[in-house]
Amino acid sequence: MADTLTGPAHQAPDAVPEFPMPRESRCPFDPPPALKELQGQGPLAKVRLWDGSESWLVTRYAEQRALLGDPRVSADTDQPGYPTKASPQAGEGKLSFIMMDDPEHARLRRMVTGPFAVKKVEALRPAVQRIVDGLIDDMLAGPAPVDLVDAFALPIPSLVICELLGVPYDDHELFQENTKTMVRTTATPEERGAASREVAGYLAALLGKRIAEPKDDLLSSLAGRVTAGELDHGQATEMALLLLIAGHETTANMIALGTLALLRHPDQFKLLRESDDPKFVAGAVEELLRYLHITHLGRRRAVTEDIEIAGQVIKAGEGVIMVNEIGNRDPEVFADPDRLDLTRDARRHVAFGFGVHQCLGQPLARMELQVVYGTLYKRIPTLKLAAPMEDVRFKNDAFIYGVHELPVSW
Amino acid sequence: MTVGSPAPAHTTNPMHEEGNPAMKVELEADKCVASGQCVLAAMDVFDQDDDGIAILLEEQVGEDRLDDVREAVAVCPAAAIRLVDQ
Repeated sequence: MADTLTGPAHQAPDAVPEFPMPRESRCPFDPPPALKELQGQGPLAKVRLWDGSESWLVTRYAEQRALLGDPRVSADTDQPGYPTKASPQAGEGKLSFIMMDDPEHARLRRMVTGPFAVKKVEALRPAVQRIVDGLIDDMLAGPAPVDLVDAFALPIPSLVICELLGVPYDDHELFQENTKTMVRTTATPEERGAASREVAGYLAALLGKRIAEPKDDLLSSLAGRVTAGELDHGQATEMALLLLIAGHETTANMIALGTLALLRHPDQFKLLRESDDPKFVAGAVEELLRYLHITHLGRRRAVTEDIEIAGQVIKAGEGVIMVNEIGNRDPEVFADPDRLDLTRDARRHVAFGFGVHQCLGQPLARMELQVVYGTLYKRIPTLKLAAPMEDVRFKNDAFIYGVHELPVSW
Repeated sequence: MTVGSPAPAHTTNPMHEEGNPAMKVELEADKCVASGQCVLAAMDVFDQDDDGIAILLEEQVGEDRLDDVREAVAVCPAAAIRLVDQ
């Protein structure tokens, strides 16, 4: 049972820290100091969660990859010992295959991976470039300061995933607002459940339309699976919901938080602004993904069979939390890990997770970020923060880390 | 990034190093989770099918491609790629 975990030798039983831990307010891009301290002590530590239960925290890169790649860990939130992020989301159900294990996970995931293949995503680059240029044109034509989150960071991934799924962007307020509620840790289970049901209801109706009249989009492809009897309507709706949500808050937060990080590191900002080399921009994206870890609450799993790792046995029925944010700052893997260095080779980061659940949208996220980081600072070279740094509100209260708003001028 | 990075999944046979620099790439498509990471690492060696599942374009790779293929081995989230001596 989680309450009787035996911690690593260096950890006194009465010294089980709570997770998540607070960040140092002056270092909003760095993991919490207490987390770094635990990493320094060893690859595994016990932590206490919101509901009083205990779980293993996996702090180092090698152990994080090993566990995320181990078939003896389960992503099923119903498994005993699964370390939940918050109270169960009332009436929400499961977010499709990211909360399932193989073989069903693999069957469902493979139904939607096609459009995210590297070359198919590459074919979308000109369209994404047009979207980015259009939004920059609008910002430059309008008054400053402007909130970069609302005017730029959120619309880009939102427009792109809508196009891919076949969801009309005109309805964006419905799913953008509800998605914000769904990823807010301080929302009540009822609020999150209601938000989730509203978007699911919307998508279920849209799916019905595509079953009757298919188009050339991912929703129609899911509709085809329903018609063929491979999915029921509910499963197809859940998958559409997963793709819509995952395509929003993640990339949007990387755009806004990345821009703020670059504004705070003028030498790195200059490198990116002055480079015409797509390879350098692609490398810069990898480094920003490594340096800024937006899934700050960690990848979570339940252990289904005893696993021996790092001189410790993690027992069946215990939870493990892989905080990739800190894995990406492991000094054994990345030299001088707390330094943002766009020239380093950061490709082995675990920002997208690892193992069979690794982010399936990563080629799309990468391409969008390459276009954004490769365009915004060239087109607005004088871009600057239009508020005191102390006033920027960070999303410590959300499942996905970032900034609530980012006032900028030029 | 050399210290502590995961060991490349290949074996080195010193007997073969000079005579035949080419190595064989093995891909277990059943394990593939369509992350596309191998294509990004070595686009001339890997591609993806209509479902995003990795396919091998080149089974034998010469010395000049080894670094990229080793990167593909290291970043594959499903441990579906191996590089073997022949």
